[in-house]
Amino acid sequence: MLNTIILAVSITLMYSAPLIFSALGGVITQKSGVDNIGIEGMMTFGAFVGAGVGYATGSPWFAFLMGGLAGAALAFVHAFAAITLRASQIISGVALNFIGPGLALFLCRLQFDGATQSVPVSKKMPNVLDLFGISSQSLLNVNITVVIALLLTILMAFFLYKTKWGLRIQACGEHPAAADTLGVNVYAVRYVCCTLSGLLAGLGGASMTLGVVSNFSPSVISGQGFIALAAVIFGKWTPHGAMAACLLFGFAQALVVVLGGSGIPSQLLAMLPYLLTLIVLVLFVGRSEAPKANGKPYVKGER
Amino acid sequence: MTKTLEKVLRKPLTGILISVVIGFLIGTVILLVAGFNPGSAYAAMFRGIFSKPKYISQVIINATPLILTALSVSFAAKTGLFNIGAEGQYIMGTLAAALIGYYVQLPPVIHPIFILLCAMLFGGLWGALAGWLKTKFGIHEVISTIMLNWIALYLNNYILSLPGVKKQGAQASNEILTSARTSILWDWKRSDAGKAWVAEHPVLGDILKTDLHWGILIALVAAVVIWFFLKHTTKGYAMRAVGQNPNASRFAGINVNRNTVQAMFIAGALAALGGAVQIMGTNSFRISVLPSHEGYGWDGLSVSLLAGSNPLGCILSALMFAALKYGSSTMQGDVGAPSEIINIMIGVIVLCIALSSIYPMIADSLKRREEMHA
Repeated sequence: MLNTIILAVSITLMYSAPLIFSALGGVITQKSGVDNIGIEGMMTFGAFVGAGVGYATGSPWFAFLMGGLAGAALAFVHAFAAITLRASQIISGVALNFIGPGLALFLCRLQFDGATQSVPVSKKMPNVLDLFGISSQSLLNVNITVVIALLLTILMAFFLYKTKWGLRIQACGEHPAAADTLGVNVYAVRYVCCTLSGLLAGLGGASMTLGVVSNFSPSVISGQGFIALAAVIFGKWTPHGAMAACLLFGFAQALVVVLGGSGIPSQLLAMLPYLLTLIVLVLFVGRSEAPKANGKPYVKGER
Repeated sequence: MTKTLEKVLRKPLTGILISVVIGFLIGTVILLVAGFNPGSAYAAMFRGIFSKPKYISQVIINATPLILTALSVSFAAKTGLFNIGAEGQYIMGTLAAALIGYYVQLPPVIHPIFILLCAMLFGGLWGALAGWLKTKFGIHEVISTIMLNWIALYLNNYILSLPGVKKQGAQASNEILTSARTSILWDWKRSDAGKAWVAEHPVLGDILKTDLHWGILIALVAAVVIWFFLKHTTKGYAMRAVGQNPNASRFAGINVNRNTVQAMFIAGALAALGGAVQIMGTNSFRISVLPSHEGYGWDGLSVSLLAGSNPLGCILSALMFAALKYGSSTMQGDVGAPSEIINIMIGVIVLCIALSSIYPMIADSLKRREEMHA
């Protein structure tokens, strides 16, 4: 019984980590007022770069970082389109959902002789207990990416609510004109936040290919980006809320594994994140918690 | 000179054409960087599209569902809605076709028509759900349709997991009955007489080697009907008015909420029509367990953007889209350049279309400069 519980907890944490990274990215960009539905594409690109660099260099930490930067590069394109050129943020996001996986598979075929699956990396991101030299067979020996994801949540919550920079970001998402009159550079803040969201999504993707599994395949990221998007809404646009939502969605995954076919059909559990998000939105009716200026380009001097 | 340039920059088509050119340019750069000869890569791609009658036929077959999902997105766009949910509505259409095609027994001709109607009802309700959530609870259709897409995907997989639905030993359902299929000369071209005829006629015979079906006609008719409806009927006018200015429409006595739900119903029905046509017309006449989205809805979104939401334009841009995708496999086979280059190019084209509002802005600045000089 205890083992089952520990197993459920560790699977929950394992599946949640990539979601938490990406959901935090979704929170920070939407808080600043830039919608990003291209997170799925950025995750996929980050997942490949993580696996590809990890295979080539043998250094999981370096590969993890590169995965993040790969996502950030795509997000920078989105930022340029959305902020500087005031393009439709939804269409730009859709475009990145084509470009991200396209680039990932293109590069994968180049690096791995035409295969859409990469060769597993020799070293994954370490597990926490191994790091301290405790060679434990415990099921609770979670991956370091889980710990990083949880720490980042605390960091972001502190940053957003307790520092002046965090408050400035929120001002940009709620009322950019007011922030502007107070001397906040709305464009710069949005650029940084949008690029950060790609960095986090890239890390999320890389944590999938370097922490959960050990190689890239076309279906390794299938919907996690959209679940992260759902988690942002479900968590009412707060870092801790989004994290809690990710843990809940991860727990649904764990149930599939632990229950193993008996009981609730896995397909219905997989549906849960999306269904719950819709239900929550219906219950929120009339008091939307979304940043007010989210998705609207800011034009200086416009009423 | 500047006057003409100004005029050209203001045309919507300009932005689209520039986007396509930029897409190909970026594709060329990526191919060069990756060490391929872009000339031979594109040549292989065009060979893979035009060199045999059956290739052209296959492109048309592949374009058929795209025309319909693109129509779905375009129709919603004309009524001021962003239908990202074509993917899920398409799945509802395939579900309806696969289930009614197998479990309901009807005579030929009536069976496909019955399926089409049911699929449109299924998909229409799925779309209308998003419209209802928007009008009743203020949930933006982009968010709700993204969620509904995935719910539809897992609903598909759930239904396939029910006892008896999945065919033994396959990750797919049973094939639909022959009475429900819309193939052209399916049995005849497999008979001895048919085989002999195919061997004798290089062009038509070659075309018959593909899964020729009536779907393209359905798609073309749908495109014309939607174009006519939006352009020449009172209801279509009301829906477009709601899309362009909901407040003015409300003031003019148009029921905005009802029109929103109805518009999403029609959009959903169109996407589902695409799904049903695909199941009834192409081998293997069944639905499969989906690990992820097949992309007909997302592709339809790109096709619609490329067409500038023009219903008739969707036909042309769907053909181009399907051609590029189909040709890319020849490119991969002959030159070795990964076929995913096409996805990157499509992404770039879509991104550039998102940016195409800058061309009128350039025209404005040109005009200003001219006025200053005058």
